[in-house]
Amino acid sequence: MSDEIMDKSDWLNLEINGQAVRMPPGSTVMEAAASLKIYIPHFCYHKKLSLAANCRMCLVEVEKIPKPVPACATVISEGMKVKTRGKTALAAQQAVMEFLLINHPLDCPICDQGGECQLQDLAFGYGKGTSQFSEEKRVVVGKDLGALVSAAEMSRCIQCTRCTRFAEEIGGAMELGMVNRGDRAEVVPFIGETYDSEISGNVIDLCPVGALTSKPFRYHARSWELIKRQSVSPHDALGSNLVMHVKRDKVVRVMPQYNETINECWLADRDRFSYEALNSETRLTKPLIKKDGKLIEAEWQEALPLAAARLKNIIEREGADALGALISPHATIEEIGLFTRLVRSLGCENIDSRLRQRDFSADDQLQEATWLGMPIVAVNDLRAMLFIGSFLRFDHPLLAVRVRQAAKRGAKISSLHAQRADWRLPITQEIITSPSQMAASLAQIVSAAQRATNKNKILPKVLRGIEPSPEATTIANDLLAHHEHAAIFVGTFAQQHENAFLLRGLAQLLAELTGATLGILPDAANSVGAQLLNARPKNGGLNARTMFEKARKAYIMFNVEFEDLAQGAQVAQAATQADCVVAFSAFYPQGNNAILPDIVLPITPFSETSGTLMNMEGRAQSFRAVIPPLGAARPGWQILVTLSRLFGQVIDEDTPEAVRVAFLPDDAAIHAHLSNTMEKIDIVLPPPIVLDQNTFERCAAIPAYSMDALVRRAASLQKTPLAAAPTLRIRTDDAEKMKLSVNHHVRIRSQGAASEKMALCIDDTLAKGTVRVDAAHDSTNMLVGVSGVITLEICHD
Amino acid sequence: MKRIKRLFKTWLLSEMRAGLRLTLRRMFEPKTTILYPEEKTPQSARFRGMHALRRYENGEERCIACKLCEAVCPALAITIDLAEREDGTRRTTRYEIDMTKCIYCGMCEESCPVDSIVLTNIHEYHGEAHYDLCFTKEMLLAVGERYEQWIAHDLAKDMPYR
Repeated sequence: MSDEIMDKSDWLNLEINGQAVRMPPGSTVMEAAASLKIYIPHFCYHKKLSLAANCRMCLVEVEKIPKPVPACATVISEGMKVKTRGKTALAAQQAVMEFLLINHPLDCPICDQGGECQLQDLAFGYGKGTSQFSEEKRVVVGKDLGALVSAAEMSRCIQCTRCTRFAEEIGGAMELGMVNRGDRAEVVPFIGETYDSEISGNVIDLCPVGALTSKPFRYHARSWELIKRQSVSPHDALGSNLVMHVKRDKVVRVMPQYNETINECWLADRDRFSYEALNSETRLTKPLIKKDGKLIEAEWQEALPLAAARLKNIIEREGADALGALISPHATIEEIGLFTRLVRSLGCENIDSRLRQRDFSADDQLQEATWLGMPIVAVNDLRAMLFIGSFLRFDHPLLAVRVRQAAKRGAKISSLHAQRADWRLPITQEIITSPSQMAASLAQIVSAAQRATNKNKILPKVLRGIEPSPEATTIANDLLAHHEHAAIFVGTFAQQHENAFLLRGLAQLLAELTGATLGILPDAANSVGAQLLNARPKNGGLNARTMFEKARKAYIMFNVEFEDLAQGAQVAQAATQADCVVAFSAFYPQGNNAILPDIVLPITPFSETSGTLMNMEGRAQSFRAVIPPLGAARPGWQILVTLSRLFGQVIDEDTPEAVRVAFLPDDAAIHAHLSNTMEKIDIVLPPPIVLDQNTFERCAAIPAYSMDALVRRAASLQKTPLAAAPTLRIRTDDAEKMKLSVNHHVRIRSQGAASEKMALCIDDTLAKGTVRVDAAHDSTNMLVGVSGVITLEICHD
Repeated sequence: MKRIKRLFKTWLLSEMRAGLRLTLRRMFEPKTTILYPEEKTPQSARFRGMHALRRYENGEERCIACKLCEAVCPALAITIDLAEREDGTRRTTRYEIDMTKCIYCGMCEESCPVDSIVLTNIHEYHGEAHYDLCFTKEMLLAVGERYEQWIAHDLAKDMPYR
């Protein structure tokens, strides 16, 4: 809100250290001081968390109040006169600091927080330097909070409760709590549990002392020897801003860069800890060429001309249509731009970046790029939201934080999915139905909205006369009640669904009927950019699915691994049969089903290249390399420029800036091409699927720590429960149908492919007849897609 | 008058005789020079010579890899890498002092919270190549082990003034 339209008439005047300030009623002294840039020492106060006022460090003097008061919890009043550095205030701060240090071990030399510790700094700035306490200090046993957060030295805790408040208010679940009283108070997770939130790493930043520190970073470096460089996270489509901490040309830590409009001051764990993959042993330092079924290291002078020659050969022999080109939606604008230009210049239209999509039926209608439909900050102000097929918490952890804040302010959140939402936020209404029936359920909501609004014109005939369920009516009414602040979000599961365009078409109808905004949640860091740069087939080219159904002679894959593709066994078959597979990859192929390319060109990950990523709100964020390339690996754009030249093209762009200018449209052009509406919506509801005794419908998530090549190789992330091998999750009644128990191991078959043997667990949050088996893992990646009918097979061994 | 005075001084060799008188006097005074290396001057307990890394009496290395010495070193002569040891303690995996960079200011010793890095009073050492004078952790610990008695003695002597 700008100052002009704000009504300041009821604002209060106060004075801090002699400086006058005008603040809205209800503000605290701490906020007033912050607006004057007066620093008041504090530990427990945090802008994004609730007030606790338990550290007492922010005690200040207020005229006519006999005792010092905590600035963070004292609400301002008219004519208040505050002194932050008065005699009483200083004495109070010194006394509080002495109390805080009573039980704090003075082990700064071995503490990872040393050098960036708030307690250290404030003890220096506001402490007394001596202590009257000569008794023994308390000892608190360390806790196991999992693979990411180290709580080995809980004696250092000063009970500010920032971590427990974060877990409950921002993370949505009280995974950490304070037990006992007085000097026995301590922060604990649930007994026998670890802290497994998808945004758990933020407590490391929040902890003002060294009680909660980063486990992967433990004893690695000191804060003062790290060079801090800005970057952008290449995982989910939020585009979180990062500060990469570099020591001797190696990224040793990642912290959030404060950006109120994107990630606030938080980071998801995969943004924070994926840096471990950058230093992993599996990084490629030289090009690889396949000889006798093995990948042998080679020089650039050999590998690049060989790649060009073999592709040229195949094009001359079989035509350019024999080529299939795939680029990861995690690649940068520069890489996608150069890649698509190169492939199209060879005369090939078989190019795609929608690797996990199965439904391409409305491809001819796609002109624009799909996006969130609104700025990210607007999500906080929404009053009603419907999520269709979304694993919100793991697909977009920090968007879930915003949705949680909106829900806290009373927004109505509803979900349509094959599984009950575990988003750790209050959900008003849920429809849980098998994946094949999601469209029918959505049609009910559309029908309910139509009945409530009586807008008959836009409703196709097939949808008339559908009787809406009470749940559907509630959802439609919620959306209608708040139509200006309502949104319908199509999640990643719905986009990867076999009937993705049907769901999208229905969502569009619902949006038109209710006046809500339609948002499509992109599944990767640069999905929006990839669509904008036309990394999809035009003029009848083959898409990511048909490219493997009709096997090609040669494939070019940019940063694409087997796990990234939804076509399962077909990919494995097509890749082995192809004459030539050229892969651009930062890592050595891993996994049992890995594609073994003929030539691997080592590209650098985001830390070692300049690039631009476009996030879900269509904001292009450019970043520069934070460290030089590892070994002989080179930035993708450089390799693509050189390869294009080997194909005889004249390329003018020699710098990353020039490449960016060549491909990145300006902001106005970007926003002109962002649209979620399809012109023609073809709605044919599929008939219900009849399941027999051992067939089920599958619902699969792309697990948070399997989403791209980087997180799959981040060692600590892979140790968390969220990265555990997929199990078969099945309802109790469905398990009884097949006489299954948790001791059984099962195998899943679908479309001629089978998964590995896997354990079974009971999960009654699923829809009837639906089992959940996650995708993108070594044990399940031979299966096709994320939905569809599967056959269960009990393994008796 | 001035000219006459100078004339006398010149012809009577008075300045030369004054000089020779001083020479004669010094010849019979006790000598301050010593015959190094057979003879050596006394050293202060605070003499800052070659570095050493010390161990505790139980054989455990003192250094906890706090990196304060590295941070305080004005000549950037100290390089430390660290990691968690198997028993969970914080230890250096690399501790190097480039003696050719070191200016023997002793700030590392002053900053050390566990009296691990110390400057011994040994100043007679050499290297034949540059890298000989890049002391590694093993070398520094070996120095500490060998001269622990002297080091402890010197530290004890200096303790009242610390």
